[in-house]
Amino acid sequence: MSLVEKTAAQLQEMIHTKETTIAEMTQKAFDRIEALEPKVDAFLALNKERATQQAAEMDRVPFADRGPLFGLPIGVKDNIVTEGLETTASSRILEGFNPIYNATVVEKLREAGMVTIGKMNMDEFAMGSSNENSYYKKTKNPWNLETVPGGSSGGSAAAVAAGEVPFTLGSDTGGSIRQPAAFCGVVGMKPTYGRVSRFGLIAYASSLDQIGPITRTVKDNALLLNAISGYDDKDSTSANVEVPDFAAALTGDITGLRIGVPKEYFAEGVGEAAKQAVHDALKVLEERGAICEEISLPHSKYALATYYLLASSEASSNLSRFDGIRYGYRTEKAGNLLEFYMNTRSEGFGDEVKRRIMLGTYALSSGYYEAYYKKAQKVRTLIKKDFDDAFEKYDVIIGPTTPTPAFKIGEIIDDPLTMYANDILTIPVNLAGVPAISIPCGFDNGLPLGLQIIGKYFDEETVYRVADVFEQATEFHKKTPQTWEGAAQ
Amino acid sequence: MAKMTKEEVIEVAHLARLAITDEEAEHFADQLEAITNAMELLNELDTENVEPTTHVLQMVNVLREDKSIPGLDRELVLKNVKEHEGGQVKVPTILE
Repeated sequence: MSLVEKTAAQLQEMIHTKETTIAEMTQKAFDRIEALEPKVDAFLALNKERATQQAAEMDRVPFADRGPLFGLPIGVKDNIVTEGLETTASSRILEGFNPIYNATVVEKLREAGMVTIGKMNMDEFAMGSSNENSYYKKTKNPWNLETVPGGSSGGSAAAVAAGEVPFTLGSDTGGSIRQPAAFCGVVGMKPTYGRVSRFGLIAYASSLDQIGPITRTVKDNALLLNAISGYDDKDSTSANVEVPDFAAALTGDITGLRIGVPKEYFAEGVGEAAKQAVHDALKVLEERGAICEEISLPHSKYALATYYLLASSEASSNLSRFDGIRYGYRTEKAGNLLEFYMNTRSEGFGDEVKRRIMLGTYALSSGYYEAYYKKAQKVRTLIKKDFDDAFEKYDVIIGPTTPTPAFKIGEIIDDPLTMYANDILTIPVNLAGVPAISIPCGFDNGLPLGLQIIGKYFDEETVYRVADVFEQATEFHKKTPQTWEGAAQ
Repeated sequence: MAKMTKEEVIEVAHLARLAITDEEAEHFADQLEAITNAMELLNELDTENVEPTTHVLQMVNVLREDKSIPGLDRELVLKNVKEHEGGQVKVPTILE
């Protein structure tokens, strides 16, 4: 009996009917991880001993006390701190770091009864679009092992696509949940900024970072967002707003829904296959009662430059805390304290992290602050206003998640600007702070393509409703990648 | 706007407390020049009368009651410190 390819509801049903137990389900997750990891390389630390013990205890909890995610396995991106489970953000500078507390989202997973299976590989400090910037390993795309899974939450997306775990958490600063979700053919949601607590998320760019769920189906995604959302007094940017039942928003009805389709998201550089897949998807939604109209988000082309200036500036400040003194990697070559700092950081950080720290330090330095940092903050206002204006007339905005499907490992790693261009369609969303999901909507040469649905502030419900209608009407989410063949079930 | 030269990269690396070789500085200067060139695109826009956005949500100061709460346990805090002695973190010589 196979546990992969099952939804949360199906897994709960199997537990209720005694077809399986939480202990068995946990064991099977580790079996499949053991079988597939040599190919996929999605996991860093595994939580086997504690998860096994926890699962056995959970089987004794009365059914009446269990929620919809109780006992189900989950992987957590490695920039989210987990007490007693090594957390590195895929950086050498945090090698061996054992957090002494849990991130708020990890506490919430525990309250929901989820079993943490392990930590997911990522681009170092969430900087990257391919997972090639991890110090530890390169995660492969389960659909084609020669291609990247996307990034920075590449391990989180690949593990769900490969059926290693049905749920993972990622984080999204400029597309880091949605782009890998698109590349790996799974569902990834970046919630509204402030919806999910960032306490315990290792900061990259604090005004943009947001944690979100990656799953195989829209319904499961909504269930997981229910579990991790909510105000947290440990995060001063956490929004004190009501959390609706996202799963209850999946009514199947989008009659009269107004969809804005930005012409800038179909501009030069966006592949024909991605354009065609989105146009086909819009037809599906129109057939179900939605109204599509072309719109303009005129400042879209400035988003990339704005993002790299702001995110790098925030990163240069956030990453100054890594000095080798209180935790993490320490150099062995230092005569005095200044050398100690400089050598620790040079040996501990990878090239992309150094590039962004330097770019940010430059943009914030006197003489350049007005020209770069302040200028970018002003353009951010214009980008946000594009969305505010569009959402006065439209309920959601829809376009491709990425210009192309996954690219080959090693293909563009030495060309930062081409790598950054992967995120041109996801970055504006982070700058504005609105929620957006990526769901599977087609294939190009056997590689998945993603449909991006962007919503109003704190209106994840409408985003989920539209995503669910599309998923119910299509079969893309039921396709499985090549790594499934012959793998442990 | 100025472009990033090798000398500037060395200066910026020092400010960011990153040790850097001459060869690395040259490599990073090439890449950062290309990146800062791409950023020049923003100069097309007149932002004279635009307010900067630091945060997308309406932010207010978050205050809490002025009440002491226990901090982290010292033993736990020292758990990830590579070298410590008598509850203190050890670092290399600060004064020559």
